[in-house]
Amino acid sequence: MTDNTQLMRFTTAGSVDDGKSTLIGRLLHDSKSIFEDQWESLERSADLAGGSEVNLANLTDGLRSEREQGITIDVAYRYFATPRRKFIIADTPGHVQYTRNMVTGASTANMALVLIDARNGVVEQSKRHAYISSLLGIPHMTVCINKMDLVDYSEERFREIREQFYEFVPQLDIRDITFIPISALKGDNVVSESEHMPWYHGPTLLSHLEDVYIASDWNLKDFRMPVQYVIRPHTDEHHDYRGFSGQIIGGTIKVGDDIGVLPNGARSKVKSIITHKGPADYAFCPQSVSIELEHNIDISRGDTLTALDNLPYTTQDHDAHLCWMHEKGLQLGKKYLIKHGSRTTKVVFKELVNRIDVETLEEVNAPTELKLNDIGRVKFKTMSPLVYDAYKKNRYIGGFVIIDEASNDTVAAGMLRSPEKAQPVPDFTDYAI
Amino acid sequence: MSQYKLSHLELLETEAIHVMREVAAEFERPTLMFSGGKDSIVMLRLAEKAFSPGKIPFPLLNVDTGHNFPELNEFRDRRAKELGAKLIVRTVEDALAKGIATQTPGELSRNRLQIPTLLAAIEEFQFDAALGGARRDEEKARAKERFFSFRDEFGQWEPKKQRPELWNIYNGRVQPGQNMRVFPISNWTEADIWEYIGQEKLDLPHIYFAHDREVVRRKGQWLPVNDLLPPKEGEEVKTLKVRVRTIGDIMTTGCIESDASEIKDILAEVASARVTERGGRADDKVSESSMEDRKREGYF
Repeated sequence: MTDNTQLMRFTTAGSVDDGKSTLIGRLLHDSKSIFEDQWESLERSADLAGGSEVNLANLTDGLRSEREQGITIDVAYRYFATPRRKFIIADTPGHVQYTRNMVTGASTANMALVLIDARNGVVEQSKRHAYISSLLGIPHMTVCINKMDLVDYSEERFREIREQFYEFVPQLDIRDITFIPISALKGDNVVSESEHMPWYHGPTLLSHLEDVYIASDWNLKDFRMPVQYVIRPHTDEHHDYRGFSGQIIGGTIKVGDDIGVLPNGARSKVKSIITHKGPADYAFCPQSVSIELEHNIDISRGDTLTALDNLPYTTQDHDAHLCWMHEKGLQLGKKYLIKHGSRTTKVVFKELVNRIDVETLEEVNAPTELKLNDIGRVKFKTMSPLVYDAYKKNRYIGGFVIIDEASNDTVAAGMLRSPEKAQPVPDFTDYAI
Repeated sequence: MSQYKLSHLELLETEAIHVMREVAAEFERPTLMFSGGKDSIVMLRLAEKAFSPGKIPFPLLNVDTGHNFPELNEFRDRRAKELGAKLIVRTVEDALAKGIATQTPGELSRNRLQIPTLLAAIEEFQFDAALGGARRDEEKARAKERFFSFRDEFGQWEPKKQRPELWNIYNGRVQPGQNMRVFPISNWTEADIWEYIGQEKLDLPHIYFAHDREVVRRKGQWLPVNDLLPPKEGEEVKTLKVRVRTIGDIMTTGCIESDASEIKDILAEVASARVTERGGRADDKVSESSMEDRKREGYF
């Protein structure tokens, strides 16, 4: 490993039969990330279950209830590395009743790996996975057309499925999409090039995973930092230090830059920056930093530091896509909590605009309810204003979760859209020292 | 734009710092579990960075099983002193004497006895969050655990009722009596830990590096010979060049034969290792669900 090793997160989704576990097993095995004791334990459980084949799902299905039912219930995180990149796989179940897990896994992924069985072509599950990947703003998508060995490695079949997939792509918002014909079982085009598909000239899955350009997946344009915690050492050495710490979730910043504070509308200049490497002249997304300002302004957790030349929205009325994640469905008019950035405030849902049928991707207007695993568009109002950009522009400032006040459960996750009403530009006050 | 890129280790670091600050901001009485083991040493460095130039805003907590490696305890005490941090130690010995923990006849390891001891310490100090250095690559029940792992009034983990975690948003809300175990280095692998220790030039207990030690062979493992673990009749005591890969209860932590005297040797060893890190820990071998069961009871 070198200092330049990059970290890449990708998500897979699928059920027992589509070869997902075989594919992950193949990647882990061929990159030497399965260990002997793990292998022994797989063999042991295969013997116990009376089957002869080792089931790689047992490697990821870590909970007893999952092994008993033979299904993946929750997101499992797997790790493997090549000399060039480290990978985190968020492995999620594919069934419709686990949509919330798919959404969770997708929220931080650089790439979605959509699996299609070459015999069946594009089915509802592959559409659902592609739709969720698009809704959650995953920058890259790779469609692996698997089990090519069972369709005689047919180029025609590959093209046919690619056409099927393109038919519904216009409904999605995908910037980068790659198709790879593979056989996870036989190893074709997973790690090594296939001898059976001379008509395919693209990369193998692993080399694509290693090559795809992910450095621009972070927003480096619009400086945004929710203030997380205020550092006040009260020591002789740092007597007057007051550092606003947080993770930069958009853009870059340097010492001397003008800076605005929202929602209160104060402005100042950056006096000093501390990054994980110590004092620095500049910092960028997604670093966790501590910023000191020239002026003594009242700033606390929940406020957002922002660039002045390009402002986020500051509003109490919102429009967003929501994925409901709790057994108890959404109640209009009820007070929930919303956590967005470092701010937690109260929220009331006013209107259900539509619900997306994740089987057909059709919109059902003015639905009467939003239940577990439903995705829909909602309008709501928050007690204090939120400072944000549209999720499409930056998913780390456009995303939020909804918390039930009584149980403290996280009941939903949402993606903010641009608000309908134009926002007045705040009148920033220059604070004299 | 190349100056705006983070390496994989920097990304993991920034994520961990974010999680630690979130804990400091959202909880009234957090603590950081510090054993002197390599993962908790990394945690301590991350906490230093998260609150620099201020001090770490919470005390350190260790459950001393009485079966800790003495080298680890020395290191733990010295490091806490250097940082000027408050260190709280609660012992299994004490918990046994008070009847908080009860030993099962024939039970060698005190791993299980840590659970009631830890829960009693959490109650005593009314901690609402405990930061731990557990990683998802260690064990498959851990692979499903959240960064913010909710525990009810009994300290129990309920894997089916975990809170979804999206983006960098964590729900840290608890009622009085409940608490949160928080794992900032969830996404780190064993190799990442060693790389970071190398990069940050972190001091470690010497037992992580190759040294001569008296060991006996038991159940396919080299176990260290000491007062608690005398050789049984007929067992041959050998002096081998060994090191420990992970440190648990001294009764059940296997040593591996190794010549690795520097971090780079260890990294090479980790890269070519054919068994997982916890493969040498008998506490995990009891059954496929032993970690899940212990976590449900309140293990970290």
